[in-house]
Amino acid sequence: MSSGPDLKEVNERMRGLMARTTHGRDDFEDLVIVPLFAVVVALIFGALIMLATAVDLPTIGRSFVALAVGSVGSLSAWSETLTASIPLVLAGLGLGLGFRAGLFNIGAEGQLLMGGLAAVVAGFTLAGLPWIIHLPLTLLIGALVGALYAAIAGFLKATTGAHEVISTIMLNLISYRLLDWLLRQPFIQREGRSDPISKDVPPSAELPRILDFIDVNLRLHAGIFVMLAAVAFVYWMLFRSKIGFAFRASGENPDAANYAGMNAAFIIVLAMGTAGALAGLAGATQVTGVLGRASPGFSAGIGFDAIAVALLGRSHPVGILFAGILFGALEAGGRQMQVSAGVSIDLIGIIQALIIIFIAAPLLVRAIFPWGFRKRTKRVGDA
Amino acid sequence: MTDMTSQATPSPDEKLDSASARRARIMGGVLIALALLVLFGLNVTPGEVATFRLTTPRDAIQVGNLVVPGGPFNMIAAALLAFLGVRQFLRGGAKWTNLSLGIGLAILVMAFLVWATAGKSFSLTGMLQATMVRAVPIALGGLAGVLSERVAVVNIAIEGMLLAGAFTGALIGSLLGGWVGMFAAILVGGGFGMLLAALVVTYRMDQIIAGVVINLFVLGVTSYVSSQVFSEYRHLNNAPTFRAFKIPLLGDIPVIGPMLFNQNLFVYGALILVAISTYYLFHTKNGLRARAVGEHPRAADTLGVDVYRTRYIHVTLGGMVAGFGGAWFTLGSVGRFDENMTNGRGYIGLAAMIFGRWHPVGALSAALIFGFADSIQQKLALLNTPIPSEFLAMAPYIATIIVVAGLIGRSKPPAANGTPYTKE
Repeated sequence: MSSGPDLKEVNERMRGLMARTTHGRDDFEDLVIVPLFAVVVALIFGALIMLATAVDLPTIGRSFVALAVGSVGSLSAWSETLTASIPLVLAGLGLGLGFRAGLFNIGAEGQLLMGGLAAVVAGFTLAGLPWIIHLPLTLLIGALVGALYAAIAGFLKATTGAHEVISTIMLNLISYRLLDWLLRQPFIQREGRSDPISKDVPPSAELPRILDFIDVNLRLHAGIFVMLAAVAFVYWMLFRSKIGFAFRASGENPDAANYAGMNAAFIIVLAMGTAGALAGLAGATQVTGVLGRASPGFSAGIGFDAIAVALLGRSHPVGILFAGILFGALEAGGRQMQVSAGVSIDLIGIIQALIIIFIAAPLLVRAIFPWGFRKRTKRVGDA
Repeated sequence: MTDMTSQATPSPDEKLDSASARRARIMGGVLIALALLVLFGLNVTPGEVATFRLTTPRDAIQVGNLVVPGGPFNMIAAALLAFLGVRQFLRGGAKWTNLSLGIGLAILVMAFLVWATAGKSFSLTGMLQATMVRAVPIALGGLAGVLSERVAVVNIAIEGMLLAGAFTGALIGSLLGGWVGMFAAILVGGGFGMLLAALVVTYRMDQIIAGVVINLFVLGVTSYVSSQVFSEYRHLNNAPTFRAFKIPLLGDIPVIGPMLFNQNLFVYGALILVAISTYYLFHTKNGLRARAVGEHPRAADTLGVDVYRTRYIHVTLGGMVAGFGGAWFTLGSVGRFDENMTNGRGYIGLAAMIFGRWHPVGALSAALIFGFADSIQQKLALLNTPIPSEFLAMAPYIATIIVVAGLIGRSKPPAANGTPYTKE
């Protein structure tokens, strides 16, 4: 880029970045219609895939009914949906913040595992503290460890230029092995067990269930308040704080940010660290609110689904909140679908991937639904 | 920020110099730390020897075992590492940093092997043979990356293409036999290549997002089918495998024979593909045009090269190569598909491509290093080292990070890498 003042090229590049990291605030079509169509088309494709794998029509009908009933059909379905959405939104916020800063962090899964495990360890080693100190401290330690784990990738990018996509994926793969090993250490492993499983989180570090006065089986926990607070915090950080401005500036035009005196290396490490803290917090709420302990692979792919959540939410905190609830609904509904219609929950993964394809390529959605959009004058690079 | 390597800020020359000098000092420190590690961490019981077997009793030509005295060998290794480290620390220029690091890591690996084998015996040839086999999917993934990044399309989707190839190989191979399965895998890989090209060239989707999405999609579809269909109809997931065949005479050479000339179709295929694509990219007219599209699409366009078409063709070709590499997982080894069986090999292939500086032969060499890391952990599990198996399993991933972090400063991607092109 430094070779010549090719403004057009710079512009194109910037627009490419904006397409992925920002949203046009008044662009109703991009924010509402495209996601809506994306979800509808993805569901239709899901039905086609079921047809292709010899699932008969009545079963397809039943599975969609189960998907709806299992996600929003009852109070307990809502509770499941929101419970599933808490870690998705938290990790998604971190990823979205990274996207805004121009960092494509695939490592939420590993950060979530490390943060969750750290929260479990903090939970049982600090047992005896009153819950008002114990619980926040546990969550905080989870977030801190997630931040440190993510900061490795940020540090490598800032100092050596190692691309974060590759290094975060490698850190994910490393975290699985590390978790397996740590769970067998006598310090962490539960007494009397030979399989890799941690000790339990004591009640004083557990996020309390908030609907158990209605029915003890409702799993929705106080993590939802953590989630809402995080949405507000990230909104404030991105759009109201100085550092958030630096994140966005260096994401949209690193050269300009650098000339404006922002320290690129510091911003990269800080953005990765914040993203990791949110992913670690996601892991911590998951172990203290739902699982109660750590076991191999307890993240269950949340870190990868969160990428989809962040993209679907257009890297905007409020968008991520709704996208996370939608994905939580797909998750909860998918479980119901597997139980009552016998269709594998892996179908949900396909639907999620399709949703992102349509979200990230609005031109494709416009090509499929030409009548859904206002006619536009053709512009170069209009993506 | 979509290109794989560009630093966030272009630094002036003096800044670069001090950065590389700093890097040289850091590497020197690392090497000295490695020397201490070898000296104190890998101490061998005095008098124990490490025996490396070079031939098996069945081989036509017999070579004696390589016997290394453990203690003295590691002393010398530590001394060499310390020498390299101090030299690097005191007056290392950027010129020698990577070479010193490479030599240092090689010494470390040798010392480690001697330490692990001390008092036991270990088949070196067997490990080299496994290295070659395990390098295949990584090399083919890297080659797929070279083909598409040379026309400036970042291909994160290699992982998904490998997985799709593995899945198709198992499914079609079970139904119609190994050869048909292999060709189907190539076609499906090519199909995903074409899909990636369509998303990024025609629909101008962000290249990294498109790749990640294809990976998620393939993972979703293959996992769905394997849990929905394969679990019920097991005969659909039981493909014949390609066996190793020995090339006469050449296969009898000790050490090199089993490694290069007694392998299955996929190993030979990978070597041939690397040779062909090197010739194609660097010695033919079309290869030159392809590279021009990767370096400066507008110039290529002005001279009459169809940028879009070139990108479509090469990304599709890359997909076909990755599909072939994917078939290795099923048709080239176990014949059965498991969920997510590629397990990050595609990303390692991507790292091999960067390490190999966007050159097919470089990608193959890098893949061999990863294959070595991969096979070493498998073989070391047999030697009962005190190192937990989980840490050995991390070795290839840590190696990838070191490679991507340590060598990125010197390798240069195609200039237009990652940027979409809009025809005027």
